[in-house]
Amino acid sequence: MTTNNWMRKWWWKVLAILLMLFTIVMGMMATVPALPILHETIRNLYYHVPMWFGMTLMLLFGMIYSIKYLRNGRMEDDIIAASFTKVGLLFGCCGITTGMIWAQSTWGVFWNNDPKENAAAVGLLLYFAYFVLRNSLDDLDKRARVSSVANIIFYITFIPIIFIVPRLTDSLHPGNGGNPGFNAYDLDSNMRMVFYPAVIGWTLLGTWITTIISRTDIINREYHFSMNNSSQQLDSKL
Amino acid sequence: MKKIISFILLQIIAISAFAQRPESSVEMADLMRSNGKIYVVIAVLLTIFAALLLFLISQEMKLKRMEKKLNEHISNPK
Repeated sequence: MTTNNWMRKWWWKVLAILLMLFTIVMGMMATVPALPILHETIRNLYYHVPMWFGMTLMLLFGMIYSIKYLRNGRMEDDIIAASFTKVGLLFGCCGITTGMIWAQSTWGVFWNNDPKENAAAVGLLLYFAYFVLRNSLDDLDKRARVSSVANIIFYITFIPIIFIVPRLTDSLHPGNGGNPGFNAYDLDSNMRMVFYPAVIGWTLLGTWITTIISRTDIINREYHFSMNNSSQQLDSKL
Repeated sequence: MKKIISFILLQIIAISAFAQRPESSVEMADLMRSNGKIYVVIAVLLTIFAALLLFLISQEMKLKRMEKKLNEHISNPK
């Protein structure tokens, strides 16, 4: 079994659990600045924003494993890359959905066609396209090669879309379009103490989920290979 | 005369600005905190998280078993 060893270690998973418990309890209990319009929803900072940090990091790790696959040719690396991308997309969908919920209460509508919102939606569509592409290829080697190249190109495209484009124009979101970033609020006081652990906790949780998915898919693949002794498997699509 | 009137007017405006208290009157969920109901919210969230954790941990154990089985299957003659 050539699965990476870091995926089987337990210490960082325990850390993930502790950080998530901290985020949930302190996120609800700790004092937050009392700001108009936001009121208590400012606590969403600990749950909505880490979704985007998590997505960006998961997709980055996916790109790294895609590069690894292209360099080494180990099928496991491509499977792990796809799993990271899957969880990254999951985080992104959660981020967009929770953003819409928060937008409804803060700005009165679910969607503003705000540059950051639109950029995030485009980013998600890009990665949906990754999975459409991936599943359209039946030959496993070809699938791995093409997906890896696509993953790298998509991530290089994704970063400017979500980080640079929103800052160039007017936007409702804090930190863009001339609005003060959350730094202008009280992020330097109590909120940072919960926000940073939250980002790390959610990212570690996403990584844990990724390792579960990867290891399951690797076992499926190995099982089919060893059962049929053939190099071509068309049954399990990843 | 004009100067005196405008001066008094400005003073009134300045003083009325001071009338706003530094503690803002933004409503927060202090009621939920004071009557202890916030703990219900936390309990709900922790329950959901516990369910997710149980699932992840059970998957981990299943995977460990299957990986071991697969390793034996691969290394032993078939």
